Amino acid sequence: MRGFIKKNDFKDILKDGISIMVGGFLTNGTPETLIDYVVESKVKNLTIICNDGGYEDKGVGKLIVNNQVRKLIASHIGTNPYVGQLMQEGKIEVELVPQGTLAERIRAFGAGLGGILTPTGLDTIVESNKQVLEVNGKKYLLEEPLGADLALLGGAVVANNGNLKYKETMRNFNPVMATAAEIVVVEPFIRVEEIDPEDVITPYPFVDYILVGDENE
Amino acid sequence: MNEKEVIASRIALELKEGDLVNLGIGIPTLVADYVSEDKHVTFQAENGIIGLGPLTDEETNIVNAGGMKATIKKGGAFIDSTLSFTFIRGGHIDVTVLGALEVDQEGSIASWIIPGKKVPGMGGAMDLVTGAKKVIITLKHTNKGQSKVLKKCTLPLTAAHQANLIVTEMAVLSVEKSGLKLLEVHPDYTVEDVIKATEAELIIDNVVPMKGVAI
Repeated sequence: MRGFIKKNDFKDILKDGISIMVGGFLTNGTPETLIDYVVESKVKNLTIICNDGGYEDKGVGKLIVNNQVRKLIASHIGTNPYVGQLMQEGKIEVELVPQGTLAERIRAFGAGLGGILTPTGLDTIVESNKQVLEVNGKKYLLEEPLGADLALLGGAVVANNGNLKYKETMRNFNPVMATAAEIVVVEPFIRVEEIDPEDVITPYPFVDYILVGDENE
Repeated sequence: MNEKEVIASRIALELKEGDLVNLGIGIPTLVADYVSEDKHVTFQAENGIIGLGPLTDEETNIVNAGGMKATIKKGGAFIDSTLSFTFIRGGHIDVTVLGALEVDQEGSIASWIIPGKKVPGMGGAMDLVTGAKKVIITLKHTNKGQSKVLKKCTLPLTAAHQANLIVTEMAVLSVEKSGLKLLEVHPDYTVEDVIKATEAELIIDNVVPMKGVAI
């Protein structure tokens, strides 16, 4: 853990054209305050990696509606009609990835693997431009690892040293994204002194910064 | 019973004692209401719940895979997305029930995209139909008079050759190596009605009335 971070220092990390992973599932477990700061920063040409496109007024949907996103990598965009609209107009590139493949590609990057082999997507559009490999007589798609410049985590119970566990279903993509980005910032859902070592889900070496302070700091 | 209730109650009969089951959004979600408590079926939600309970209006951080406020059963577990899809892709889910736009006699499924019109994305559907031990597809038998049970899917696939059982408001059909077999017909329809409403070729041998339907 590098330490605690306030709004303005967080905004200094943001640059045009960076890739950002955002935790959450249909915005459950998404760090809304951090996203608001990205909106305020007005950085653009972002690549956003998230389970879904959120809603127009919630989650990564806010960045998309603010036209800050050049490319979205997600498994589902049905809850945010604006994404579909931008897609039709050619103003955003959307890479749709099966949800399990998305999770495993991120895990592969975080674990230093060269990719994963999965039967998911065989004989579908997902197979286009990908290698099909045969192992023990079964066919698999080679899916490449997926990392990012920055990961934004939410839904977390945050210990002072940066250890994390997660509240209820807000865990979802947060733990795996914590392993796969250059800089990892967590927005606490709850702050605690410490977490029992047996209960830690994301150990502190994966966490770079904990967001602290109120709106105006 | 209305059509949705017919489908949900019929599918519930397919779930066995001790099964781990993932229900998709829409009609599949209703299946849980028709499974008796003493059957000990566990529902998984791909956003990270083993032991999904009913929906709730109370304030909670627990949501189901459709983002709706939900509950967890006693003895359940919260998991992250990688473990959730280890369940799904690793063959640990006994049954998945999913809605579809089209299904065909080879068991291929189309459920996630209507090119040029609607592109919601596949979410976890491709993983579910590829990894679950048994895949039950539910859909309306026809749409504006056009059959949705086809010789060959016309829309981009979710997966090829993965459907095992198809349940519509009219019939129950199983995907066999030899083709699509008509097993059961709802009492409101005849076998002839089903043949007329189905583009796929049907194997018709010993057809019985749809099980679990209160007349």
